[in-house]
Amino acid sequence: MTKELIRLSDCKVAFDGDVVLDNINLYINDKEFLTLLGPSGCGKTTTLRIIGGFLKPDSGDVFFDGARINDVPPHKRLVNTIFQKYALFTHLNVFENVAFGLRVARPDDKKIDKHEISHRVIEMLEVVSLKGFEKRDVSSLSGGQQQRVAIARALVNKPKVLLLDEPLGALDMRLRKDMQNELKQIQQSTGITFVYVTHDQEEALAMSDTVVVMEGGVIQQIGTPEDIYNEPKNAFVADFIGESNIVDGIMRSDGVVEIFGRKFKCLDSGFEPMEPVDVVIRPEDIDIVSPGKGKLTGTITGITFRGVMYDIIVDFHGFKWLIQTTDLCQVGTEIGIQIDPDGIHIMKKSRFSGMYGDYSSYSAEYDDIGDAEHEYEPEDEDEA
Amino acid sequence: MTGMTRRPGFFGRGYNFLILFFLYAPIFVLIAFSFNSSRSRSVWTGFTFDWYKSLVQDESIMNAFYTTIIIAILSAVIATIAGTFAAVGFFSMRKKWRTPLLHINNIPMMNADIVTGVSLAMLFVALGSLLRVNFFGFATILIAHITFNIPYVILSIMPKLRQIDSNLVDAACDLGCTWMKAFWKVIVPEIMPGIINGLIIAFTLSVDDFVISYFTAGGNVMTLPMKIFAMTRRRISPEINALSTILFLTVLAMLIIINVREARQEERLKQSQLMLNR
Amino acid sequence: MKPKFFAVPYVVWMAIFVIAPVLIVVFYAFTTADGGFTLTHFTEMSRFLPVFTRSFRLAFISTIISIAIGYPVAYILSREGQRVQRLMIMLIMLPMWMNFLLRTYAWMSILENTGLLNRFLAFLGLPQLQIINTPTAVVIGMVYNFLPFMILPIYSVIVKIDKSLYEAASDLGANTLGVFRKLVIPMSLPGVLSGIMMVFVPAVSTFVISQLLGGGMVMMLGDLIEMQFLGSTYNPQLGSAVALVMMVIVILFMYVMNRFGEGEEKAVGL
Repeated sequence: MTKELIRLSDCKVAFDGDVVLDNINLYINDKEFLTLLGPSGCGKTTTLRIIGGFLKPDSGDVFFDGARINDVPPHKRLVNTIFQKYALFTHLNVFENVAFGLRVARPDDKKIDKHEISHRVIEMLEVVSLKGFEKRDVSSLSGGQQQRVAIARALVNKPKVLLLDEPLGALDMRLRKDMQNELKQIQQSTGITFVYVTHDQEEALAMSDTVVVMEGGVIQQIGTPEDIYNEPKNAFVADFIGESNIVDGIMRSDGVVEIFGRKFKCLDSGFEPMEPVDVVIRPEDIDIVSPGKGKLTGTITGITFRGVMYDIIVDFHGFKWLIQTTDLCQVGTEIGIQIDPDGIHIMKKSRFSGMYGDYSSYSAEYDDIGDAEHEYEPEDEDEA
Repeated sequence: MTGMTRRPGFFGRGYNFLILFFLYAPIFVLIAFSFNSSRSRSVWTGFTFDWYKSLVQDESIMNAFYTTIIIAILSAVIATIAGTFAAVGFFSMRKKWRTPLLHINNIPMMNADIVTGVSLAMLFVALGSLLRVNFFGFATILIAHITFNIPYVILSIMPKLRQIDSNLVDAACDLGCTWMKAFWKVIVPEIMPGIINGLIIAFTLSVDDFVISYFTAGGNVMTLPMKIFAMTRRRISPEINALSTILFLTVLAMLIIINVREARQEERLKQSQLMLNR
Repeated sequence: MKPKFFAVPYVVWMAIFVIAPVLIVVFYAFTTADGGFTLTHFTEMSRFLPVFTRSFRLAFISTIISIAIGYPVAYILSREGQRVQRLMIMLIMLPMWMNFLLRTYAWMSILENTGLLNRFLAFLGLPQLQIINTPTAVVIGMVYNFLPFMILPIYSVIVKIDKSLYEAASDLGANTLGVFRKLVIPMSLPGVLSGIMMVFVPAVSTFVISQLLGGGMVMMLGDLIEMQFLGSTYNPQLGSAVALVMMVIVILFMYVMNRFGEGEEKAVGL
């Protein structure tokens, strides 16, 4: 039985006239792992800061367990935060950093006696595998160890909700993967609600129960990782999550869409006849066939070896698609393609239509996304 | 290693030693003549400790010395406290307000000492005639010293504030602190090196100041530099040499202690980092 | 309580003890003894033109000599090992902890006619030098007192130049002199500029050094101002006017220097 724990209703924030959050409505269930995902400047950290109490929304309300908490300061909320770059107290050692929250009287309980503090701190350090590091200077620790101190410092207070602001951003790839698993485990074993902020879509898909995709201060889509990946609501979401070819299409009737003048079968329905739509085709859902047998025929313009498969760029009448295949192909050959009905996803036109999903306009797209360099690094070479 | 990162050669080192000699020659002259048995400042007539003995007995010098130390301690402590609050205040302001205020804050540092001294003296005259009191004396020197010390305190704290992780205060609040508590428990300890640095700078500036004290003292009180200046006008007593020798050796000892401690701390930090890399 | 209100007491303090005094100086500079508006103090100042030119000339010479002496010190020092650097910096700063009046006084006993220098020259059988009470003595005193303020900022900039830049420069074919000219000099310029400000301003406004080593024969701007307030010719209006002119020139000087520095930094900007 899931129970609603946090609700943001119609939250709006503007800094110096720039709207940062535009009417955010969101609820978070108890024991849920929810991720706010989006490029920098999309409002995800602002949303987190509202929940933490570091920022008051200009309008709208925040509820915690049914009670309005707009005016409750951070130190009175049953919420703890793991900050970007950890924000450890460099003048205190590891033990004192973790004990900080226990030494300051908490809203829910009275002063904790010394014995209990040291007991809980040691216990927590054990959980994050930092036993024996109590006396160490935090500045002498590695990035991963500092990260663990930050986790211990937050969790030792037994919060109802843990907010994590890009906590793995400063770690290298391998460490990130390890910490992802570890965080997920901690979340499951403690049963604490996690609200996680990241711009890394892989991280979001791997860890979350619910993903909230944000852009321009607006929530674009809320759903399970599978929903978000398989049924993106608009071109932005489709493009931000994973690789996708997004092309203009026309709905001929339920279950039939026209792309480049060819009719394709699909599973979507409920559109007006002849309604212009955005069509998403994931690169792994495209089958390569001989030129005569395909619905569309194009020329291979680029190939990149990715280990398990090849990324190939195919030119269809000036529109470049990304196709992932295990077949070996040659640049310059003509190929035909086939797409199964369940490989096609139809979206309504939105303000993002035409901005994403063409692999020949990659560099322009890169500028739009701003900082999402992690997700897009690989394609850079394709276009170069 | 390329040519540019090579250590300096014989001529380079020799040159720097020559400059050090230039810097220290007058000081050694002063120290040497504090042990000279005659009053002459250029002819050596024999060794004596007399000037040290008479120094302790010379009331006017000792009074000036005490005044200097008291003003230095008071002005440094007050300037450090005020400067710490002011720096934190400036730091949390919007740029629109912070920039002009920091410019005003820079005025006493930019202005020639004589201009600061003269203008403060005129303010004290104006205030005095307005309120029909003569302020001049200890209080005016103290106010002047606080005024020229605070900018240096702020200057040494600001970089420390900038280094602080912008989320640190939020982290403290998140862990149960009110804003004031976070200030005392997190901000102050984090910027402590800057505060102490500011305190030391303020103290030394205050001890060393002559020009501003000279204009704001009003003839009632004398700091040690003023006393020295008054004596250079006539004839300097070698007692002053004795006093400056004592001061010099005190500072030297303090610097050696501080440096040895810092070197040890760095050594320890290096070792702990080495252990980490293993 | 919001943290920005922490600054309120000091802002009030600045209004009274930083801004008000400047305004009073401005006010006095433009008023007669009975309070009427006047510009006579500024016209009267032409009498003191030689004092102005002498002050600026001596301060300029001292600044140039300080750069000439101090720059090599900073550069050589930056190539020493960590320990030597730390020790040298301490040694360069140490004399500043001795009151500058005393240090200047020590120069009196070295430079005076029967002083140590002349005794030494006599000992070597060389002719005597008349240095005390000349502009030369004043320049020596200024260079001596302000040299550390030139060395330290230059050093702190040079020492921060990334060592790999040297390697990159020589890798790209620059020889030692080329690296120095193309890399070290432009990159150390901000340090030189702040050194110039730290030497020039106290030098142009000093009255202690000129009185002790110039013996009253070398009158400078500082002496002129001091005379109007504490000296024989009490005239705070004229003194204020001179102080105001000096203040304006110093501010203009700093402004130009800053501009110059910004331009350079942009040119060097990596």
